[in-house]
Amino acid sequence: MNWSVVLFGVWPYIALAVFVVGHIWRWRCDQLGWTTRTSELSEKRWLMWASPIFHLGMLLVIAGHALGLLVPPAATAALGISETAYHMVAVGAGVTAGLVLAVGVVLLVLRRFILRTRLRLVTRPGDVVVYALAVVVVAFGLWATFAANVAGPGYDYRETIAVWFRSIFYCQPQVDLMASAPWQYQVHVTAAWALIAAWPFSRLVHVWSAPLGYLTRPAIVYREQP
Amino acid sequence: MRVMAQVGMVLNLDKCIGCATCSVTCKQTWTNRDGVEYVWFNNVETKPGIGYPKRWEDQSAWRGGWRVDANGRLRLASGGKLKRLSRIFANPDLPTLDDYYDPATYDFDTLLTAPAGDRMPVARPISAITGQPMRLTWGPNWDDDLGGSGRYAADDPDMAAVRDQVRMSFEQTFMFHLPRLCEHCLNPACVASCPSGAMYKRASDGIVLVDQNKCRGWRMCVSACPYKKVYINRLSGKAEKCTFCFPRIEQGVPTVCAETCVGRLRYIGLLLYDADAVGEAAASPGDLVEAQRSVFLDPNDPAVVAQARRDGIGEDWIAAAQASPVWALAMRHKVALPLHPEYRTLPMIWYIPPLSPVLDATSAMGGDSADADDVFHAVANLRIPLEYLAALFADGDADLVAGVLMKLSAMRSHMRCLTTGRVASDDWATRVGSTAEELESLYRLLAVAKMSERYVIPPAHREDAAELAGWTTGCPLDQVAVGRP
Repeated sequence: MNWSVVLFGVWPYIALAVFVVGHIWRWRCDQLGWTTRTSELSEKRWLMWASPIFHLGMLLVIAGHALGLLVPPAATAALGISETAYHMVAVGAGVTAGLVLAVGVVLLVLRRFILRTRLRLVTRPGDVVVYALAVVVVAFGLWATFAANVAGPGYDYRETIAVWFRSIFYCQPQVDLMASAPWQYQVHVTAAWALIAAWPFSRLVHVWSAPLGYLTRPAIVYREQP
Repeated sequence: MRVMAQVGMVLNLDKCIGCATCSVTCKQTWTNRDGVEYVWFNNVETKPGIGYPKRWEDQSAWRGGWRVDANGRLRLASGGKLKRLSRIFANPDLPTLDDYYDPATYDFDTLLTAPAGDRMPVARPISAITGQPMRLTWGPNWDDDLGGSGRYAADDPDMAAVRDQVRMSFEQTFMFHLPRLCEHCLNPACVASCPSGAMYKRASDGIVLVDQNKCRGWRMCVSACPYKKVYINRLSGKAEKCTFCFPRIEQGVPTVCAETCVGRLRYIGLLLYDADAVGEAAASPGDLVEAQRSVFLDPNDPAVVAQARRDGIGEDWIAAAQASPVWALAMRHKVALPLHPEYRTLPMIWYIPPLSPVLDATSAMGGDSADADDVFHAVANLRIPLEYLAALFADGDADLVAGVLMKLSAMRSHMRCLTTGRVASDDWATRVGSTAEELESLYRLLAVAKMSERYVIPPAHREDAAELAGWTTGCPLDQVAVGRP
């Protein structure tokens, strides 16, 4: 077994298993710790910019990844979108979203680790891990895109990385496709799986608590004991 | 009509000496933990003064509480649901630690570990948060006893109502103490703003609580509460607030702040109210104190009692509501007023406004502060304290406050007549629209009431005891990993 099988054939499954089991464990055993762990009380001026920029970038990037990884070229072709047009839009929008996200991450990292003593005091080891992984994932994701598609001749990840990504969920991972991708993409996806594995144990779980139910709830909640 | 029971409190401000025993015992009981160093579920402010957090009453800055929109509908002052959700990533209305204060402790280790030497070692102030040496420049009662002075009074948002007419000269200063805790409102803005639905009003007694297992730290409650009585635990990132000492209330025991009050100025009791009338009262176009009073139901009215029984309120609770000192002071004698009714949350901690600023002024004007005639005269002429009190307790209605102060003054004169052996006429009583019996009953409640009269708290129902025991045996906060990293 060589390194590419471990990284692109085994590691994704380990990460997904940890993701699923970890969430079940966390939900059942740690409702008390399930929170955004907001730090706005300790620092607000930077957060007012950093957090909305980061979250906006994150939502855009997630949407972009869903399009790029889950929609096969045949589908866009069937809609009459040429490969060139798709490529232009994807790279343009992707780089923009990636830069927004990168600005958010940089501001958040500066805020938390460089500027404010009070924030360092409320930072836990888990936060450091998530921040480090996020920096690696974002940095290499942007680097890969710039190197291949902005500076370079262009790299059609929809024929390789996207196929590999979907193949993981068919339980027939096409490791060779990912192993042939540029190395920046390889670092990007490997760190991303690590982020997936860290997710249930970090503050990232607050994503699943996005309070959409608030929109339909009556204003005043009456109830008896919890 | 849907009858519900609400536990409430009345504070007689004339008796408050500002000792802050309530704050300290509350802190020792509830917030002596890491992460809530800066939190005081109960604090005592000097008024006029800017309070804790700084200028908490300035709702143009914090956007707490409710407003009535152009169509007469009740809306949170911070905007609609979508607008508030759009601010979930960063809440512009949230106070930060600097708006409260940087909690300090002292470097007591130095006293124990200093080597022998010529000088006494000194314990320097250090931040309870960073552990670093710090200068003490602000605290939760920094302007304690100085609130009336021009420097701090000028920044008091409530002074805006009177500032145009007054230059705070030393001769004109007045001050009193205002103990504050969660108001356990009938129409709580914190509950309405909680995106997770973690905050709730207990159906049995109306105590407003945060379900720590459901709170996700969206921190909207902190800014929505106009009294700034919901706090974020700095380490867990979840909201915490005054619990009205519910484990004690369930046993029929008063809250820690009330029981330890050395001035014995707090009263706890039940009010029955019509849950269907709350929304309309909160959206009332004017006369907010009267609107708030209109939701409460007379516990001695047979129709109310019958409906209360149908709505599942037990006989012991109905009896407690009939003996409630809160009903007596807020509704029967109408001497207790809500704090900032204009926030439209229908707060359930009531205050008897202090007569002392007026009595001081009466004496300063050469009058006899024990003679109600002189006091009436002062009440009618002293616009400054009166309008200030009205800004706090009556949405600016100075006549309402004047009526309360005159009643208290009439009670004093009436009792003076009795105790000095003069003929007790109904004169004082009729002049304030009351009767001798009513004034004497008010006097008894304010001056000589024993614990059993000041705290009429029916225990939680025994049939629920097993269920209650099941969820109160462990302290849920014990499980939070809030150790300093």
